[in-house]
Amino acid sequence: MKDQFVVPARLKKTSFVLMGVGLLTLLIGLIAFHGENATRFWAGLLQNSSFFLLITLASTFFIAATTLAHGGWQIAFRRVPEAISMAVPILAAILFVVVMIIVFGGKDDIYHWVNAHHVAEDKILSWKSAFLNKGFFTIATILTLGLWIFFTMKLRRMSIEEDGWDLRPETGRKLLWRNTVVCGGFLVVFTLSVGSTTPWIWLMSIDAHWFSTMYSWYTFASTWVSGLALIALFVVYLKKHGYLTYVTEEHLHDLGKFMFAFSIFWTYLWFSQYMLIWYANMPEETEYFQPRVWGQWRPIFFLNLLINFVTPLLFLMKRDTKRNYTAIVFIAIVIIFGHWLDFWQMISPGTVKNLVFPWFELGLGLGFVGLIIFLVSNQLTKAALVPKNHPYLKESIIHHT
Amino acid sequence: MAVKNFVVGLFDDEAVLFPAVKKVRTAGYKLHDVYTPFPVHGLDHAMGLRETSLHTAGFIYGITGTTTALSFMSWVFNVDWPLNIGGKPHFPLPAFIPITFELTVLFAAVGMVYTFCYLCQLMPGVKKHIFHPRQTDDKFVMVIELTEKTNAEEVKNFLASAGAHEINEQRAEAGWWFGRYDKDDEPYLRKIQTTNA
Repeated sequence: MKDQFVVPARLKKTSFVLMGVGLLTLLIGLIAFHGENATRFWAGLLQNSSFFLLITLASTFFIAATTLAHGGWQIAFRRVPEAISMAVPILAAILFVVVMIIVFGGKDDIYHWVNAHHVAEDKILSWKSAFLNKGFFTIATILTLGLWIFFTMKLRRMSIEEDGWDLRPETGRKLLWRNTVVCGGFLVVFTLSVGSTTPWIWLMSIDAHWFSTMYSWYTFASTWVSGLALIALFVVYLKKHGYLTYVTEEHLHDLGKFMFAFSIFWTYLWFSQYMLIWYANMPEETEYFQPRVWGQWRPIFFLNLLINFVTPLLFLMKRDTKRNYTAIVFIAIVIIFGHWLDFWQMISPGTVKNLVFPWFELGLGLGFVGLIIFLVSNQLTKAALVPKNHPYLKESIIHHT
Repeated sequence: MAVKNFVVGLFDDEAVLFPAVKKVRTAGYKLHDVYTPFPVHGLDHAMGLRETSLHTAGFIYGITGTTTALSFMSWVFNVDWPLNIGGKPHFPLPAFIPITFELTVLFAAVGMVYTFCYLCQLMPGVKKHIFHPRQTDDKFVMVIELTEKTNAEEVKNFLASAGAHEINEQRAEAGWWFGRYDKDDEPYLRKIQTTNA
């Protein structure tokens, strides 16, 4: 049984090529977008850094949620979400640098509330300044990023440490209990950050006059389903290279069900946000959808629904596709791309305004993909791929849907 | 339906039943059914039953619900009785979505329940022959149908070697019928009543 992952040379090369593409795009962007065009440079960076940070953080959420639910089926590949979650510190650092430059570099074309003159003249922004100000933004960002990194690293460290324990009923109980405590703590932080404040300050404050209480959950649903797709991609990759012996199509089937269910969940939140605003038809709320539904962004708006709702719904409906490795890889890539597109249409209409082909954003995205592959494959080599002392490992091995 | 001959064997344990089911199929006997007190994972595969088409039926019912909701509402608000509601268009798709969703779910759920009952031949008044009084209580009962090619004694010996007990031969209605157990078919209920009396 191959239990120790060795990074194949081809994967390493792919990750370096992708990171090279990303860096090159960044350099071209730095030259191409300056002065008045610098908006696109920062909007692209904000979109990609927040999207990829949140989809890797979804892996920590996956570990926490399945641990608290006492799920046993995922233990056979639990080291995969653990390894993905270890990309959080680096991506958090990138995002932190980006948002700090936007806020303190006075990029008021991204967040127009950072401009003190705007705020003074603007009644709505003055009202919101108790919340939307540089101090609160910075403290909230540091606090959430710090806590995410703390809990993610803690879970990973605990899991690796547990490999050295000997297998007894008491150690099993201790293992479950301390994982439950830490995961519970993380979920409180996660709910208060991704489930509420974080998407408001990072993304919703681009349209600072506008507000939607569904926004954070919508962002969460988007990143959670893409995070599941990311886990599925790594699981299939390892399986195809002869690792993860205990993972069968039964586990893949469950991951497929998750992707199916949360694609529909995303649509539910998308619709809940859209319909209430459409129904009430109040100008301060509809201004967000004006450029998206009736402006230049109309094709992207409907493409978003097509890729993220109709495609997974019809494709993953059949049992056979959820149990097929190739089909899962295909739909996982579609889902990640679709939600990347979703983030693009959340951020760009409020900043860049005009719809143009997103070569810069795509290039940066490829760079981030390369970075994630590089970080995750490195992390996968650092521990055995099966947490051999976990009490639920047997349940995972005999898992049958 | 048809009255047929069966050989019935009783099993106490799932672990004995499972290999026996596999042996029946390799031996080539015609398996009528296996009755268990609880759903046994993988038994349908061992028995060689094909995958159910219930989900395909569910999809079709769902689509029917979607079409019904959308076409009825657009007919009402555009053709039959157009009303101006808050200045909204006469075909307000977002407002239709919740009802469309509900009707999709309703049609799919109700349709699948009835289809399930039909496939399992379940309905008030529908009766089927009970091969053993404890067949879905706490015992596993395997029923093999006798054809012209199978010899009853051979099947009995086979079942005994596979671990069954209380092996007996029964002549019974294979399908379902409307009626009452005490009047129409079932001897065992009468037997219990007479012993109690």
